[in-house]
Amino acid sequence: MPQIHNSQPTIQNSIRGRVWKYGDGVNTDVIFPGKYTYTVTEPAEMARHALEDLDPAFAANVQPGDVIVAGKNWGNGSSREQAAACLVHAGVGAVIAESFGRIWYRNAINNGLLAVTCAPAVAALNAGDVVEIDVQAGVITTGAGQTFRFPPLDPAVQAILAGGGLIPYLKQQFQSAG
Amino acid sequence: MPHTFAEKILAQNAGLPDVTPGQIITATPDVALSHDNTAAISKIFRGIGVNRVRYPERLAITLDHASPPPTTRHAQNHADARRFVAEQGVTHFFDVGRGICHQVLTEEGLIFPGVLLLGADSHSTHYGALGAFGAGVGRSEMAAIWATGQLWLRVPESIKITITGQFSPWITSKDITLHIIGQLGADGGLYASVEFHGPAVAAMSMSSRFVLTNMMAEMGAKNAWVMQDAVTFDWLAAQTGAPERRPAWEAAARQLAPDPGARYAAEYTFDASAVEPQVACPHTVDNVQPLSAVAGTRIDQAFLGTCTNGRLEDLAAAAQILKGRQVASGVRLLVIPASSRVYMAALQAGYVETLLTAGAVFGTPGCGPCMGNHFGIPAPGEVTISTANRNFQGRMGTRDSEIYLASPAVVAASAAAGKIAGPEDI
Ligand code: SF4
Repeated sequence: MPQIHNSQPTIQNSIRGRVWKYGDGVNTDVIFPGKYTYTVTEPAEMARHALEDLDPAFAANVQPGDVIVAGKNWGNGSSREQAAACLVHAGVGAVIAESFGRIWYRNAINNGLLAVTCAPAVAALNAGDVVEIDVQAGVITTGAGQTFRFPPLDPAVQAILAGGGLIPYLKQQFQSAG
Repeated sequence: MPHTFAEKILAQNAGLPDVTPGQIITATPDVALSHDNTAAISKIFRGIGVNRVRYPERLAITLDHASPPPTTRHAQNHADARRFVAEQGVTHFFDVGRGICHQVLTEEGLIFPGVLLLGADSHSTHYGALGAFGAGVGRSEMAAIWATGQLWLRVPESIKITITGQFSPWITSKDITLHIIGQLGADGGLYASVEFHGPAVAAMSMSSRFVLTNMMAEMGAKNAWVMQDAVTFDWLAAQTGAPERRPAWEAAARQLAPDPGARYAAEYTFDASAVEPQVACPHTVDNVQPLSAVAGTRIDQAFLGTCTNGRLEDLAAAAQILKGRQVASGVRLLVIPASSRVYMAALQAGYVETLLTAGAVFGTPGCGPCMGNHFGIPAPGEVTISTANRNFQGRMGTRDSEIYLASPAVVAASAAAGKIAGPEDI
């Protein structure tokens, strides 16, 4: 049985972690450099290069469940899926941003990574804060107890996230179809 | 109810009478594009637990991103892609040297009005210049398309951009495109279908129109579109050698053209006459300045090529500027024709000889250093001026180097001057 690339546990209803905060327009090349796209394929190695050209301290210090909080157009640029997958492999629990590059957003969902658009939460959260996301209720709670609501996920998106990402989801579908 | 291009083509593809922005539809792509990422996608595909691609005749695969392969790992990657192609009976396969995916697919007649293409490449917006719907997707999504033949898409809002006026000499579609991105920002078209209308667009060659749609990826767009006319149909007839298909192309184009009164999320008008040469400065494509503001900046390397500006008219502009001139000492000029067909035409027109005589270095048709794989990676501290579409930090393989983006004319003039310069400065 070949190993599945996107083996991500089914998304948890509650995500809690420390905030890594970045600005506007962070693009795929600084999240996962293009020069690695055909040579770096192992999850652990991908995780080591996560955000390499943006924040060299990230890969060494990120902890499971940590949340990236960013400004506008996070993940703009290339279609490379590693720009979402490397964050999953690094243990990132979710990304909250003002807006997302459209292919990055699709890649995140398809890799089982929660991506939430919520500008007020972005404004309220700072690097190192603790943040909690209740996925089902659509609520973000800051360490200081402030809460922010985000719009419910599209049903197509929910189904993929609930299946643990697009590939595990499809696999289940093919299996149940016999 | 009047509809935009995106609404019409997505409704048609999904077999629905009507769709509205925000609606999720199931699309069945006519063409599914992948390139050097084919090997990686095939591993994901096997993980789904199906053995056969649903519609192998709809796949189009090029080996272009690191081509010919610079290392053993890249070579193995290509070998894996070729094995997949043979195993699955993929007919539209273009091996090393044929050229860059977006250029090759249009040359091969796979793209015409009404085609829906999903590509595992962000510049799949390119195809809108021919009246096709082209959008980029990720690797898992491409694997899903291979397995099922389908993928969910959200019907985008549309943005209408009208370009009026006339271009001055040496001002090109690259300049107006950079100007638009500079004005509207890297998220100015986020999730949207960007339509180009107006007399200045009608006056453009097909090559120039591809620059508009190709670069809408840099504004966050889902897809882009340019109206079709005799220029489109003549170009298609010439490329495909199948003029008898013209009535079908014309009918599809007519049917899918946006209706008067269609609803747009935003409408903008730009005047081509008012634009001077534009340069995107490090490290974002929307960091755009007029040439006069950055002229004189030292360069180490000039790069003419890519899916944005590696076509015959681009090489012609560079040859015209560099005829009888030399590339400045200490500067490298890399030229990579976008396809083997472009290369042959440039050879026959004498552009290759002119550029070689001026001191250019030629690479195999493909992406070259555009995304930092090989053939012209800059050293730390070096500055490149390029005709590409993206100048992100590290894009060409080196974090501590700078990339400026400009038209072929400005890149060629800069190569001769040894610093950023326009055709009129040399
Ligand atoms: S030339 Fe550059 S932008 Fe175009 S497909 Fe190749 S890598 Fe992508």
